Amino acid sequence: METPNEMRAAKSPPPLEVHDLTVAYTKRPVLYGIDLEVPKGSIVGVVGPNGAGKSTLIKAIMGLLPVASGWTKVFGQPFNQAVTRVGYVPQRESVDWDFPVNAMDVVLMGRYGRLGPFKRPSKADKEIATACLEKVKMLPYANRQISNLSGGQQQRVFLARALAQESDLYLMDEPFVGVDATTEAAIIEILRELQAQGKTLIVVHHDLTTAPEYFDRILLLNMRVVAFGKTEDVFTFENLQQAYGGRLSILSEVALERARKRAEGDTPENVGQ
Amino acid sequence: MSERFFPEFNWHAVFVQPWTEYANSTFWIVLMGFLVSGTCGLVGCFVILRRMALVGDAISHSLLPGITLAFLLTNSRATLPMMIGAVAAGVVTVALIEAIRYSSRIKPDAAIGIVFSSLFAVGVVLISAFADTVDLDAECVLYGELIFVNLADIATIGGVAIGPEPVVRMAVIALIAVALLLIFFKEMLVTSFDSGLAASLGINPTRYQYGLTLFLSIVIVSSFESVGVVLVIAMIIFPGATALLLTDRLPSALWLSTLFSAIYALAGFHLATWLNASIAGAMTVVAGGVFAVVWAAAPNRGLIAHALRKRGMNRPELEPIAPDA
Repeated sequence: METPNEMRAAKSPPPLEVHDLTVAYTKRPVLYGIDLEVPKGSIVGVVGPNGAGKSTLIKAIMGLLPVASGWTKVFGQPFNQAVTRVGYVPQRESVDWDFPVNAMDVVLMGRYGRLGPFKRPSKADKEIATACLEKVKMLPYANRQISNLSGGQQQRVFLARALAQESDLYLMDEPFVGVDATTEAAIIEILRELQAQGKTLIVVHHDLTTAPEYFDRILLLNMRVVAFGKTEDVFTFENLQQAYGGRLSILSEVALERARKRAEGDTPENVGQ
Repeated sequence: MSERFFPEFNWHAVFVQPWTEYANSTFWIVLMGFLVSGTCGLVGCFVILRRMALVGDAISHSLLPGITLAFLLTNSRATLPMMIGAVAAGVVTVALIEAIRYSSRIKPDAAIGIVFSSLFAVGVVLISAFADTVDLDAECVLYGELIFVNLADIATIGGVAIGPEPVVRMAVIALIAVALLLIFFKEMLVTSFDSGLAASLGINPTRYQYGLTLFLSIVIVSSFESVGVVLVIAMIIFPGATALLLTDRLPSALWLSTLFSAIYALAGFHLATWLNASIAGAMTVVAGGVFAVVWAAAPNRGLIAHALRKRGMNRPELEPIAPDA
């Protein structure tokens, strides 16, 4: 079922490979025996109930958490040897927005990984940061202290910072939480653009109603991998029920309804339009 | 009314005499005060932004057993063993706090309280138990005093006198602080703001956390003989906290904290001269006063600006958050 494009990509190491990954906080395992191989150029939505280990997976990939067993590789290398190839968008509430930095300072941080020790951002780095702010339409707010930005604007600053990293694999933790509709549309447009450039994106997402529109692959997670693959194969009633158990809300029912409809003949292409 | 509550204010005695008759000692004492609070202030900006202020307080208290043990082991008051004892105490403090936090359900603030009070108590017991042999004055360690800073030993380089040994030593620490700041500014900025991002960029946040803690211990032990372990925390928190009320950028906060430190040293010295009081105490009183004024009157975030804004009398200078374009 693989397209020729994917066959070619398979020869070079995949952007992300996870093998038998288990992560535990104190004694309770949060992720258990995760196996993944993400092909180049895909947008993967990581979907699952609260506490399913979605953010934990992102953090474990970047080596931010102690791993009980297994390994992860980025472009065939351990993460710490491929840092410049990975861009990260953390959850918005993970930082103190009263911190004395403006939007430009935050975006420039995206360049730090390439600078190495003892070096400061150059004029070229500032030009790249400016272009990234422009891209998310935040250039007019470049000198604004970040607490004076709306939630959507803050998220776009985070996205601009990830763009400034000029990476090949992006890991995004809930980029759509607490943003307005305009920002959501702007973000998804940029994600598609990145995909068109051959970048790989892994996006933690909590909204089942939009997940099948946004992502061409879905990772259904609930401590273990419930299902992983092309959206049309994975986003089924049975799989969602298995991942969410009895915890499906009314909103999720809507998503399931869509999934069922899709199963009855709608192709993802015309749903996405 | 036989005794006045405040001594009489004599302009000549408070402001002129110190800079004429006693100009030499005044200069070195004020400079020492500035070097101490300036260095503490620079480190303090990051300590505040990383919410480590309580950890700083804990380190300053646990220095007591550190330097006492160093003294008991080496039987000398030489700088190096003291420094090693103090830094070791600082590292042990932080390691214990982290260990208790991660391996029990005790919350960080309680863990800090447990560690620093018990280490401090060990210090108190050691000093009182070995009072005969320990030539350490608990009062001096606790409260410090700039006036007792030894101005007699002059440090020389190649036979050229530079200044009193303790002041030169503090100046070296201050220069190291500035150098480290210039070298590691971007790493300190990103690890303080977003440790997850820092790690994803290959900048190890734990390494910088421990680096800062280590340097904080060094700064505290260098400062304690001037301001004491109790007030050193004031010098760490006040300059940065006051500066951060006034600015939105870290570099300007660092400059402002240095400016405030100079004000504390100068105004504190003259206040102490007038009241014939402790200089370290007077510096802290000045710091508290400056903070109160800034807190009330800061242009954007002060209490007054806030109250005026509430009444709609004074439109904020920032335009309101624009709707998302």
